[in-house]
Parts: sequence; structure tokens; C-alpha cells
Amino acid sequence: MDNSFVFPQIIFENKRRIPEDFREISLEIKRDIIKSLALAKSGHSGGPLGITEVMTVLYFGEIMNYNPKDSYWKHRDRFVLSAGHMAPILYSVLARAGYFPCDELSTLRKFESRLQGHPGLDMKLPGIETSSGSLGQGISIAVGMAMSDRLLDKNNQNVFCVTGDGELQEGACWEAAMSAGNFKLDNLCWIVDNNDCQIDGRVKDVMNIYPIEDKFLSFGFNVISIDGHEYSEIISAFDQFKKNSEDKCGKPTCIIAKTFMGNGVSFMQDKYSWHGNPPNYEQAVQALSELV
Amino acid sequence: MKFIANGSKPTRHGFGEALVILGEKNPNVVVLGADITGSVMTSYFRDKFPERFFSIGIAEQNATTIAVGMALSGKVPFFSSYSAFAAFRNSDQLRISVCYNNVNVKICGGHSGITVGPDGATHQSLEEVSFLRALPNLTLVVPCDYNEARKATIAIGEMVGPAFIRFGRSPLPIFTDESTPFTIGKCEIFNEGKDVAIIANGIMVWQALLAADELEKRKGIKARVINCHTIKPIDEETIVKAAMECGAIVTAEEHQVTGGLSGAVAEVLAKNYPAPIEFVGMKDTFGGSGEPEELMVKFGLTWREIYASALVAIERRDKGFIGLRKIKDVAEYSENL
Ligand SMILES: Cc1ncc(C[n+]2csc(CCOP(=O)(O)OP(=O)(O)O)c2C)c(N)n1
Repeated sequence: MDNSFVFPQIIFENKRRIPEDFREISLEIKRDIIKSLALAKSGHSGGPLGITEVMTVLYFGEIMNYNPKDSYWKHRDRFVLSAGHMAPILYSVLARAGYFPCDELSTLRKFESRLQGHPGLDMKLPGIETSSGSLGQGISIAVGMAMSDRLLDKNNQNVFCVTGDGELQEGACWEAAMSAGNFKLDNLCWIVDNNDCQIDGRVKDVMNIYPIEDKFLSFGFNVISIDGHEYSEIISAFDQFKKNSEDKCGKPTCIIAKTFMGNGVSFMQDKYSWHGNPPNYEQAVQALSELV
Repeated sequence: MKFIANGSKPTRHGFGEALVILGEKNPNVVVLGADITGSVMTSYFRDKFPERFFSIGIAEQNATTIAVGMALSGKVPFFSSYSAFAAFRNSDQLRISVCYNNVNVKICGGHSGITVGPDGATHQSLEEVSFLRALPNLTLVVPCDYNEARKATIAIGEMVGPAFIRFGRSPLPIFTDESTPFTIGKCEIFNEGKDVAIIANGIMVWQALLAADELEKRKGIKARVINCHTIKPIDEETIVKAAMECGAIVTAEEHQVTGGLSGAVAEVLAKNYPAPIEFVGMKDTFGGSGEPEELMVKFGLTWREIYASALVAIERRDKGFIGLRKIKDVAEYSENL
């Protein structure tokens, strides 16, 4: 039964595209997420599906500079998934960018797989920049990378990082925000996946973190709020960030992407109960039928 | 080798000076400060290489993970704060981002142990070795004096991989010199003897040497003094050899014996060559305010406890005693000291 899910070896180029052209890619990625989680029989569905459009533009819209043939290329931009539980989206994007064979996505969370439950640098999966999984750490690592580039190497690399919105309850995030503003890290792009869902419920009910924008503004960020499923808004937000970075505007950028958890799969959409569950076989088949 | 004290200085001075040497040798060495740069002596580096020094503020978690990001970008970052905050506030960061990532980050815990003195229990870190020792990939060093702190700092800066160095605030006798050997992961024998082995690190190495002198003078007992500056990876060979040749062991550390150097040595012995072992260190209690010397007496961290413990260990060896101990206690042996 498990064998009915296959991962066709389809690789996407990293190039400028018009908004409509991202749709096919996002769908392929969402199918990867569903299939790999169904095979794994555990893992997080909601977050990865919700941030797929943003990640699609980031990796396949010529926003990020990278080279899948040389994953440690010196002048690459970096991506840090601070919300490490969203690993399935990162694995899919990396496979579709050509970092490793797509059918390796079937090994997610399996014994000795390079696709660990949360990203593990020890597995040496090409394209992974750091281990993550303890919320609130990745963003600070991203700050360290951005500092290394801006203040020491002067290489003009950008550093992108995705955190959850529940993740913002970790105090360590705000230490990172403080230092990003302090060091004027205009090469840092912090993407907040604002799906208003976390494990125990709505973010505002578990521990209110709103208003998010004002908080980042007060730490000295350029804040761009977008609909995280609208390609045109995502593209323009990243373009603004890149311009800020090129102009050395002296401010880090925060893109607050308003998203729906489980976006695109009717029975998962905007349901926090899908934060940390995989679809079972029937649910996966249903989801795949919707993702076309 | 005969050791004599030649003045005194805190280990943190050796650390601070070594950072400057490392900075001169390697342009990738960077230092992160957490508002106490003057006390942990990273100020030397800051003044010499301001462009490679970053003030992170009072944010130890952030400093630790920023260091990780820098290491992942090819730098050799040193982050230093008080051990009480550089090993505990950031413990999650140390576990996952530093050690699981296995990155080239150096964490430097200053003002460790009771010899911080008047600041009191809040600032007297006495548990970090137990925690750090359990972290895979980490190298953990506790130097015994100013010169060794210098060498140890340079050594961890030149090795690749995560490392933690633990040093202190108060002046300590300087008894090693340039020629004293130092290799990460290798114990040094500071006094030859076959009657009992004293395995110590940090401030207790000097106390161990004093105890060895007294044992010889008063009882004709020749104690082997082993400086076990690297707790991880631990030098099993030297420790097992000591157990085989001396048959009685004393450990001495300015730290909880639970999980500290004592725990580490006990593990090595239990696994390879069980021998009577006595522990000198903090016995499941917090410290308190006072002058270092007063506190060392109060908490039993002097040559006297080492001396008495050596006698107990020897008696246990000679009686071949196995089972619940019913022999004289350390206190009785130390009555007339
Ligand atoms: C430090 C830490 N505490 C707790 C967890 C467990 N945990 C994993 S994901 C999560 C909820 C995260 O919420 P959010 O950032 O909004 O992500 P989303 O639910 O949108 O995927 C929690 C509490 C963790 N991984 N790290």
C-alpha cells in the first residue's frame, strides 16, 4: 500500500517567473509533503503546507542564490528553518531544487535516513545549513550568519529564516530581533509564518504575541505584511528585501506572511489539530486528489 | 618534576591573554561579549581587535547561537561569560546548536566555583561539568593555573570542534611554566608515587600537590598527583594505570562530585579496574559568600581533605573491603591537621 506513493524526479529551475507559474511547483511540493508524511506515519503537516507558497518563491523565483551542485558554495545565500518541525517543506524544496534525489523523500523520519524528523546537520543532507528543532534557536543562528557576512566577510550574502508565530513566544527570538536591529543586518530576511495556530490552539489564546508588526518595527525592522499564499505579494516582499539589502539600508527585514495552516487541503485548512499529525492513507489519497 | 609557586594570578588572565595570541595568529577568531568583558578578560581582545569583537549584551542564549551561525560561516567564535550563565542559561543552545551541530564554537565559563567568593551561591557554578560532560562532541577543559589556562585556551582555539573551558576569578598560585607539557585529552603526572593517586583539576591541583608533600612528610606516603585538566575526552589510560599501580584513588575538584571529575573517574574505574576511590569536592550543596580561602575551608576543598581522603582510600585498599563502608571517616583522619 505504501508503495503507491512515488516521487517523480522533477527538478525546478531557480528563475524569475510570473505569479501563475509558481502554482505547479507548489502543488508538486505539497504532494511531496503529503506523501512523505503518510509514509512516515508521523510528523507535521499543517505548517509545511501553509508556508509552501513562500518557500516556492524563495527557492524557485530567483530570490535566493544557491547552487545545488555545490551546496557549500562560498557565495550562496543561506536558509535557516528555525521552525525545525516544518522539515518536510525544506526537504521537498531541496529535492526539487536538485540537491538530492526526489525519491529520498520517501525515507522521511525513517531509520538512518538523511531526512531526520527535525533537520540534523550530522546527516550531511546537502542544502541543510544547521540542525534545528528547539524553537527560537535557528533565528539567532541566522543572525550569526548575517553578522559574519555583513560585518566580517563583506560578501553580500543574504540570510533567510522562517520561524513560526507560536515560536515567537520563545524569548530567544526577541534576543535575536534585538541583535538584528542593533547590528543593522539588512541582509537578514526573517519570515514569520503567521498561521495563528500552534499545538494547543490559536496563538492569541495560548499566549498572545500580537501585535507582531509593532514589535518588529520597534526593534528596527522593515516590516512587510503579506498574504502568504499570494505569489505576487510574496515576490514583491522578497524584491523589497533584496533591494534593502543591496542598498545597505541598515535595517533587517521581517516579512509577516499571513497564512493558513494546512493550506490547500480542505480538511486540514486552518485547523491547529493538524499542527503535528500526518495524514493516514485515506486522508493522503483525499489530499492528493485536491492538490491538482 | 618539583613544583613551586611562583607568584599568583587568576586563570582568567591566562585566558584573556591567549585570546589575543589566537587573534594574532588567526583572522577568523572572533569574540562575543555579554557585558562582563572586563571580568572575563575578553577586554584584551576587544581592545586589540575591535572589529572582531561583538557586544551581544546580557543575552547568553543569543550569544551562543550567534556564535554557531558565525562558526557555520567559517569563523572561530569564542563566547565568554560567567560559567553560571554560559553553561546553564544557554544549555539548550549548547546541546543542540553547538554540540549536535558539532560546530567550531568555544564557550568560556569564567568565575566558576566557590572561589568567586563574595558574590555568593548564585554566581558559584558548581554543576556545569556534570552537564557538559554528558554532551556528545564537546571537549571540556579545566586548567589549573594561569599558565595552563593560556595553553589550554590556545589549544582549544587551534583544535576544530566545540569546546568549553572553565576558569576562575581569584588569583591562584602559578606553578606550571612554559615547559610544562599540555595536550588536550592527556593527563599530566605532576608528582610521582605509587601509594595512592590523587586525580585533580582546576584549583585543586595545587592543593593536591600540597597534600602529597604532607603525606610524604608525615607518613612517608608517596602520592601520585595527576592533573586531569581535560575531563572530556578523559584520559582513561593514565587513570587506569594509576588504579593498577596505586590501588587507591582520590579525586579533587572545585565542583559537585556528582557527575564532575569524580563521577568521570569513578566511571572509568568501574568499567576498567575498580579500586577504592574517595571524593573531594562539593557534596551536594550550594556555596555561599565569603573569601575564597574561607569557603575552601568551609566546603572542604583544601589539601587537608585530600590528605585525609588519601588515608581512607589506602585503608580501604589494604583491608580489601567490599560492601557498605564501616571504616573511619575522612573527618576522623583530618582531626589533627
Ligand atoms: C523550545 C521548544 N519548545 C517546545 C517545542 C515543541 N513544539 C514543536 S512545534 C511547537 C508549536 C510551534 O508553533 P508555531 O511556531 O506557530 O508553528 P506551527 O504550529 O505553525 O507549525 C511546539 C510547542 C519545541 N520544538 N521547541
